[in-house]
Amino acid sequence: MTEFFQSLGMTYEWAWFVATFAGILLIALPVMLAVAMVIYVDRKVWAAINLRRGPNVVGPFGLLQSFADALKVMLQETIIPSAANKGIFIIAPIVTFTVALAAWAVIPFSETAVLANINVGLLYILAISSLSVYGVVMAGWASNSKYPFFSAMRAAAQMISYEVSIGFILVCVVLWAGTFNLNDIVMAQKGHGFGIINGYFFNILLFPMWVVFFISSLAETQRVPFDLTEAESELVAGYQTEYSSMAFAMFWLGEYANILLMCMLNALLFFGGWLPPIDWAPLYYVPGIVWLLLKAFFFFFMFSWVMATVPRYRYDQLMRLGWKVFLPMSLIFVVVISGYLMATGHYGAAA
Amino acid sequence: MIQTLAFYLFAALVIASAVMVIMARNPVHSVLWLILAFFNAAGLMVLVGAEFIAALLVIVYVGAVAVLFLFVVMMLDIDFASLRAGFVKNFPLGIAIALVLAAELIFGIGAYQAGRIELGVASGAAAPILDASNTASIGAVLYRDYLFLFEAAGLILLVAMVGAIVLTHRQRPDGARGQQNITKQVRRNPNEATVMKQPTVGEGVEL
Amino acid sequence: MSVAHLVKSFTLWEFVKAHALTLKYFFKPKVTINYPFEKNPISPRFRGEHALRRYPNGEERCIACKLCEAVCPAQAITIESEPREDGSRRTTRYDIDMTKCIYCGFCQEACPVDAIVEGPNFEYATETREELLYDKAKLLANGDKWERAIAANLEADAPYR
Repeated sequence: MTEFFQSLGMTYEWAWFVATFAGILLIALPVMLAVAMVIYVDRKVWAAINLRRGPNVVGPFGLLQSFADALKVMLQETIIPSAANKGIFIIAPIVTFTVALAAWAVIPFSETAVLANINVGLLYILAISSLSVYGVVMAGWASNSKYPFFSAMRAAAQMISYEVSIGFILVCVVLWAGTFNLNDIVMAQKGHGFGIINGYFFNILLFPMWVVFFISSLAETQRVPFDLTEAESELVAGYQTEYSSMAFAMFWLGEYANILLMCMLNALLFFGGWLPPIDWAPLYYVPGIVWLLLKAFFFFFMFSWVMATVPRYRYDQLMRLGWKVFLPMSLIFVVVISGYLMATGHYGAAA
Repeated sequence: MIQTLAFYLFAALVIASAVMVIMARNPVHSVLWLILAFFNAAGLMVLVGAEFIAALLVIVYVGAVAVLFLFVVMMLDIDFASLRAGFVKNFPLGIAIALVLAAELIFGIGAYQAGRIELGVASGAAAPILDASNTASIGAVLYRDYLFLFEAAGLILLVAMVGAIVLTHRQRPDGARGQQNITKQVRRNPNEATVMKQPTVGEGVEL
Repeated sequence: MSVAHLVKSFTLWEFVKAHALTLKYFFKPKVTINYPFEKNPISPRFRGEHALRRYPNGEERCIACKLCEAVCPAQAITIESEPREDGSRRTTRYDIDMTKCIYCGFCQEACPVDAIVEGPNFEYATETREELLYDKAKLLANGDKWERAIAANLEADAPYR
């Protein structure tokens, strides 16, 4: 895109700047639209599993429900509690929202369609997702109210716990792919299973890691069964309790953008990203982004499916699962996988 | 042009937020300013091409260490009046420390300006690997050139961690209040926990 | 701790089973009705929105006996009366505070002339609280609007009274 803006007579630097800006808009706006649609899908899936109908009045099949909700939320009054720490109270949802969008910069939608094809893409995602706890903690503290504060403490502990095991799982994938670059990780999965199937999930050593990653991504995005931060029976609405109007909507959007990001990561790291599921030439005529979105959508369906199925964990069970089950398990797999790779001579050239 | 702009933006923000860390009245605000400073420092590192270090800075300092800071500071019940009460008493000491620090800074920069000290390269192999990505370069330096030191540091950290756990670990006797064996709870199955009875009409159940 | 138990917990067998079950229900037909477009049949005794009825000649039934006001456990009804020009006893004010009403149906049981009834309508949500403070005009208008349904319901229920 930079070349196009250069051809309009800009210097390289400004062309790059404008191109990047356009790229950001090209990713952020569809993501926002996708979030709106995905909330609708979420509600429909829960409804179907509960034998209900779900939203079906606004627009055909209720497709416009999310937009109606957005409009309602925008027309509401923003209430700032008088005891709140005003500055941080306002910044918190902005932080959540911005951080949720920032991680999308390195997601490769196809071989060429990636905003920032950087070498440490996976580390960047890890860094950004470790920031997302701040929005929650700031909101909980600034609300100056007990339930949001409890929720903020839970969120901080929960996100740190699960980030550790997510980090080790990513190390497994990085070891196998030999790179932090997401595009190269996707390429490394080509024909991984018997030379036919694209994706690491087919690997007997990486499949358990995918399961752990999927569960950890549920915990990381605070979805059921790990939604203790907004456990309505205990904490009203968690850290969002004091929020209304657009501030509330930004938490909502940020949360779902994070969920979509985790779905994308599941698809990219273990299911071959924008590669077709089977390494067979005719399937490559379908654009890569279609495969990626199909896979991400499947994972989103799994997210809502889990939500409609399992009850919420207790807080100590959550901590036990993170530190006593997932952490040792992922550590053992890092050792086993690196041992396997050394033994099979996978690392001849890398050193 | 954009690089220069970005550099001055990040640098100015680092300095401004560092100043705010000590100027802010509310300790939670201080920690948040500190996080902003870390974040902008990471931005500066990206500018000089050290993206791996930048990512690590954000993951380790912003993502973990600062969260713990924030956690602790948030829970403190700080009495601002008593905090400021000692201001006059400690003022001379504070000034003295500030002067010493300023003098050290001036000496340090002066000495640096006068001419760098040649420390020498540790070994022939330690020359920077410029063509590799900086993840690979750091890996090479850590695991090839300084493997022993790196492992020793790892061992020290391990010992520290074991020590911390030993110091804080407290074994509650089985069945004490608040003691739960979750594994046992998870393993319970209906056959062990319940019994089926078929009482005849008019008779109770002997339990 | 048997081997079977170990295998079960490491394959997350119970989660897999639960998800299979919910997936089965995902494809089952919905049990809820498509509410605003489809409605359940309701009993003739259904106690919904109040209405004041009239005789077929247009004369209002209520004779201001105030039995309903007296029996109302929530004290939601307020009645004032004075003789009309033709000398008959009529209400000058008949208010029901719908935010107080508990829909017990005592008013329609107490009414000697079947004037106040609870009709079959339950879709009268309003945007303001004030709209729920019904006055006589509103109640009479309700009666006119729902007269056919109310009359049919009263007739259907009559054999059991």
